[in-house]
Amino acid sequence: MAAEATPVQERFGPYGGRFVPEVLMSVLDELSAAWSQARVDDAFQGELTRLLRDYVGRPTPLWAAERLSERVGRRVYLKREDLAHTGAHKINNAVGQALLAKRMGKQRVIAETGAGQHGVATATACALMGLECAVYMGSEDTRRQRPNVDRMKLLGAEVVPVEAGARTLKEAVSAAIRDWVASSATTHYVIGSAVGPAPYPALVRDLQRVIGDEARSQALEAEGNLPKRVIACVGGGSNAIGTFTAFLDDPVELIGVEAAGEGLDSGRHGASLAAGATGVLHGAFSAVLADEQGQILEAHSVSAGLDYPGVGPEHAHLRDSGRATYVAVTDVDALHAFRELCRLEGIVPALEPSHAIAWLLENPGKGDGFDILTLSGRGDKDLDEALAKLDELDG
Amino acid sequence: MADQEAATAAATGEQRILDAFAAARAQGRAALMPYMMGGFPDQATATVIARAYSESGADLIELGVPYSDPLADGPVIHAAGTTALAAGATLESALETCAAVSGDVPVVLMAYANMLLAVGPERFASDAAAAGAAGVIVPDLPIDEAGEIGEALIGAGLALVPLLAPSTPPERRAEICSRGQGFVYVVSTAGTTGERDELPGGLAELVRAAQGDAAVPVAVGFGIGTPEQAASVGEVADGVIIGSRLVRAVSDAPDAEAAAAAVSEFLRATGDALKG
Ligand SMILES: Cc1ncc(COP(=O)(O)O)c(C=O)c1O
Repeated sequence: MAAEATPVQERFGPYGGRFVPEVLMSVLDELSAAWSQARVDDAFQGELTRLLRDYVGRPTPLWAAERLSERVGRRVYLKREDLAHTGAHKINNAVGQALLAKRMGKQRVIAETGAGQHGVATATACALMGLECAVYMGSEDTRRQRPNVDRMKLLGAEVVPVEAGARTLKEAVSAAIRDWVASSATTHYVIGSAVGPAPYPALVRDLQRVIGDEARSQALEAEGNLPKRVIACVGGGSNAIGTFTAFLDDPVELIGVEAAGEGLDSGRHGASLAAGATGVLHGAFSAVLADEQGQILEAHSVSAGLDYPGVGPEHAHLRDSGRATYVAVTDVDALHAFRELCRLEGIVPALEPSHAIAWLLENPGKGDGFDILTLSGRGDKDLDEALAKLDELDG
Repeated sequence: MADQEAATAAATGEQRILDAFAAARAQGRAALMPYMMGGFPDQATATVIARAYSESGADLIELGVPYSDPLADGPVIHAAGTTALAAGATLESALETCAAVSGDVPVVLMAYANMLLAVGPERFASDAAAAGAAGVIVPDLPIDEAGEIGEALIGAGLALVPLLAPSTPPERRAEICSRGQGFVYVVSTAGTTGERDELPGGLAELVRAAQGDAAVPVAVGFGIGTPEQAASVGEVADGVIIGSRLVRAVSDAPDAEAAAAAVSEFLRATGDALKG
């Protein structure tokens, strides 16, 4: 029996909302209504479940990482989103939103991308469903994530380089929103993280919560118990909120790891929750990096996916309420953890979750029980950049 | 004369805006409201441009406060804001330009929500009022989010000018219009700011519908780049806003004098076209 359609959450405490040009208000209403219906529609959910299982390869394994566990002194499980089709959790959201776009009768899809993982995931979902696809990407990111640019083009997407500002994720999101302001009648914007105006933060959370739902039941099966800590990296916050949501009502510590870049004191970082202000970016009221006049600051991180001066509004609320804790890890520590995981587990992680690994290595759990860490993606895309940086560090 | 000056000083921002529209209407034409970017390309030139606007037929001036992430703006205005910020523009410097002309012509500021929230809506409003601003347009603040910001502006005697888009459904349009202060800003097309070869077909109907809903004048902006387009919009709308075309003229000019001459020439031609 189908559940009752309920409104999609627009606010998280004081955070969230819709700070967008009036032109977008009606399409956001339309999207909100469409998601409210689709998420309780048996046919839609059936098709989404089938795609996640047979196309994406879900459930992804919960890997008992033995050598990593030995190293930190407490059992650690890795939720293997790197094994999902296209190599990151981004595909969960992209497939869901592309399906929703089709349901809404939109033939064209746009997306922004930083690391390129969300762009590849969206290009993939569009190829699968026969949708036209354009992906906005800062030209600094097209340089450092070259393999993903080639992949998107091969999949039939148009990659639009964005030259504004620092030429990274923030400007790519802005460019996608400007496209959408003019094209929303025929185009769906597949935002890549739990950010943006309502209903996006809730929509992306709903599509990513499969990570935590699976991990929770896999953990109960393996251990007969809940984890002590659940750890995930936070860029815009989609893999983290997708992991945390299943555990919100459990006695489990939730830890989000942001990018400290060159150090929180250097001013060159991506830690909007740990070291930012409150304000509006890309349509939502949340934690942001901004100066005292409200000008948005450039973020900095070695990992393109964390190189963003904002974060999803639900995380700002979880921070304020104390339900989740947010910490930050530097470029250097993340790079070392990147190599460490390769050698301990034979897994090449993306630089984004390498931040979470680094935090775990520095903060091993005490006592019995076990931890879960979401390994949000694989590191093939990062090899050139990471190896060059590690060479520099090794001297 | 002295009485009149005292009356001007005492009038609320909204009243000064309404008076400017009424004066244009009395001459049988739409009001001309050129947009400029504060601090662009530098502070001294920006103030020269504001004076040129005021002396070349502007009934009101829309003054953009440069912002790092202007989601409603197209490439020309976005780039101008970036240049202005790089040249050191701030809210204070934009307000200095406002103060330089606000005694001659009502100035409506255009500022993004985060700028008001960062300095605090009350402080923003009192600083703007002290600089003589008459109203504020916040392009990423739909009526649903206006709460605290709206109250602060009204409290300081400033009008919060709402925007209306072609995609706004009729019920919501009526709601927006009923809250309109000073004027209602109709965005001509679904898109960001920028010149357009053609304005959309349904614009006249949209403007008439808004006029039916609103107790205040209705002005049209986004996409108007020639005197002819201004004249055709001015046949229905109570006011015409011209942005990117003028900002482009300032970008293209070699110096402040040339920039002032270029915008003055364009505004005079547009003023003539509006008189019909
Ligand atoms: C592998 C991976 N992890 C994490 C992120 C950060 O995004 P989010 O915080 O939305 O999960 C990205 C973004 O590109 C990514 O590619």
